[in-house]
Amino acid sequence: MNDRPLVLNEADSFRVNRATMVDPEILELERRRVFDACWIYVGHESEVRAPGDFRTRTVCGRPVIFCRDSKSAVRVFLNTCRHRGAMVCRETEGNARIHTCFYHGWSYDRDGRLDGVPGEKDYPPGFRKSDFGLMEPPRVESYRGFVFLSFDPSAAPLVDYLAGAKEYIDLVLDQSPSGRMEVIEGAQDYEIRANWKLLVENSFDDYHLLTTHSTWLDYLKSAGVKMQRPDRGHLLPSHGVGKPLGNGHATTDNVNFRGRPVAKWIPVYGEAAKPEIERIRAELVARLGEARAARVADTNRNLIVFPNLLLADGSSVTIRTFYPVAPDRMRVRAWALGPLEETPSARAIRLDAFLTFYGPGGLATPDDVEALEAVQTGIAATWREVPWSVMSRGMAKTGEQLNSDEQHLRAFWMQWDKLMRAGRD
Amino acid sequence: MFREAALLDEWRLDEWLDLLTADARYEVPSNDRPDADPSSTLFTIADDIARIRGRITRLKDRNAHAEFPRSRTRRLIGNVRIVGKSARELRVEANFVVYRFRRDGSVREYVGRYRYVLRPERGALKIARRQAVLDAMELGSMGLVSFIL
Repeated sequence: MNDRPLVLNEADSFRVNRATMVDPEILELERRRVFDACWIYVGHESEVRAPGDFRTRTVCGRPVIFCRDSKSAVRVFLNTCRHRGAMVCRETEGNARIHTCFYHGWSYDRDGRLDGVPGEKDYPPGFRKSDFGLMEPPRVESYRGFVFLSFDPSAAPLVDYLAGAKEYIDLVLDQSPSGRMEVIEGAQDYEIRANWKLLVENSFDDYHLLTTHSTWLDYLKSAGVKMQRPDRGHLLPSHGVGKPLGNGHATTDNVNFRGRPVAKWIPVYGEAAKPEIERIRAELVARLGEARAARVADTNRNLIVFPNLLLADGSSVTIRTFYPVAPDRMRVRAWALGPLEETPSARAIRLDAFLTFYGPGGLATPDDVEALEAVQTGIAATWREVPWSVMSRGMAKTGEQLNSDEQHLRAFWMQWDKLMRAGRD
Repeated sequence: MFREAALLDEWRLDEWLDLLTADARYEVPSNDRPDADPSSTLFTIADDIARIRGRITRLKDRNAHAEFPRSRTRRLIGNVRIVGKSARELRVEANFVVYRFRRDGSVREYVGRYRYVLRPERGALKIARRQAVLDAMELGSMGLVSFIL
C-alpha cells in the first residue's frame, strides 16, 4: 500500500483518500503501525481505588485487566492465562485478592504472580511458577490520573509523547480544587457503523456545528441561552481556534457560549443552580486568580490525544475513546469526569449538563453518529469513483486558524500518514 | 401503557406528552448501572419535563438528523404488573421489546423493562416517571437511543 498516496498535502489543497475508511488491509496496518506504536488510553486511576480493585476492558484489541496491585500501584495485565490462554478474569469490575482461571484452575495474585497450579508436582523439574506470571504490555505510564499503555517497548516517555496536549489536560484538571478528577459511575458503550477516524474528525470539527446541531442550538436558545450572531466572516456564535499540539494531537480552543458546570451558568441549569455555580466560580478565582479562572471557566476545548482519545471539556467533561472493530464499524466508550471534591448538587448539575449534548441519548451526539454513518454509507461503494475527501479549509490563510477551519484535522491526518508510511511490520 | 406504545410507534408525540404529568421524568440508565440515581451516575437519558419537551420539539424537526427520516419502531409489551400501590401513586413494571428499523434493512432490537410511576390526575392515570432499563451489558450494536424508548 506504500505506493499509493493516501493523504495529499499540496500547496492549496489537502485531500484524504477514502480508501482509508473502507479498506481492510489499511485497518490491519493501522493496528500495527498506529495503535501498536502509540500511547493508548487505558483508563483513569479513579476507576480502581483500592488494592485488588479491577476493571476488565479491551485496549488495542487486547483484553486487559486494569487494576491496583497489593502496593496500590496501577497495573495493566493481559487477560490471558499463561497455561492455555483463557481469559482469566471474566467479570467487568470488582475487587479480588486472587484471579483464578476457571479452566484448569491456575490462579494469579493481585500483582500478577502465578500463585496456584493444581497438581504442580506433575510438571517437570524445570517448571517455575515465577516464569508464568500474567504478562503486561511493554509500557504503562500515566499523566495526572490518565493511564496509557504502549505496545512499543521503545516508545518515548508518555509525557514527551503528549507534547502540547499536556497544557490542555492541565486546564481540564484546574477545575478541581485538588487538581484531581474522578470518573463518574455509568459508562456509555456503543457502536457506530463508521470508520474510527471519522469520529476523530467529528470530535473537534466545529465546521459542522450549525448544520448538524441546529436542533441543539434551537433547544439552548429556547431555554434562554443568549447567542450572538457570529462576527463577520465567522460561522459560529463565539470565537474559537483550532490548534495542532504536536505528535498528531490537536484541540479546539473556544470562547464559551454553551455554559459550563465549572463555572458558567446558563438558564438551562435552572435558577436554583445559580448560587452553586457562583460558589464554584469564586473558588476558582480565589485559587487561580481572575485570569486563569476565566481561562478555565469561560473557554472550552475538545482535545484529541492521538490517535483515539477525546477529552471534550465543553458542556461537561467527557472522556471518550474508540476502537475500530472493522473498517466500517467502531466501538465507543465514554465516561463523565468530575472534580473529586464536587458537592452532590454540583455533580447533579454536571451530569444533567452532560446529557443535554453528549452521548447516545443526548440532544446532539446522535446527529453526529448519523453524520458519520451517512459518510460511511456514502463512500462504501463509491470510493473508487470518488476517491478524495477535501480538508483544505483555512489553508490559504495567514494568522490564526479557526475551529471551523481544518488545520487541526490536517494535523491528525499528517501524523497518521507519517506513521503509516514509516511502518514497522 | 398499550396506548402509549401505539402513540410512540405512530410518532404522535404531542399526544404522548399529554400522558405525562407536569413534573414527569423520562430516564434510560447506563447499561452497566441499571439501578443507579441520575444525580450521581451518568445515564444515557435523564430528562426532566423541560428536556422531555425539548426532546419532542427536536424530534419533530427535520433537522433531528438521527431520526430523519424517522425510524419505524414496533413495541411489544408484556408481563405488565403492579408492583406498588399507594393513595397517591401506582408503580408498574413491564417487559418490552422494541424493534427499530432504519434504512438498508437495518434492524436494532432493544430489550428490557419499563418502570413506571403513575399518578391519578383529574380522573386519568398520568405518567410521573418512566424508566426504560435495557438488559444488554452495553448499548453496543443498538447504537443510539435517539427516539423515545
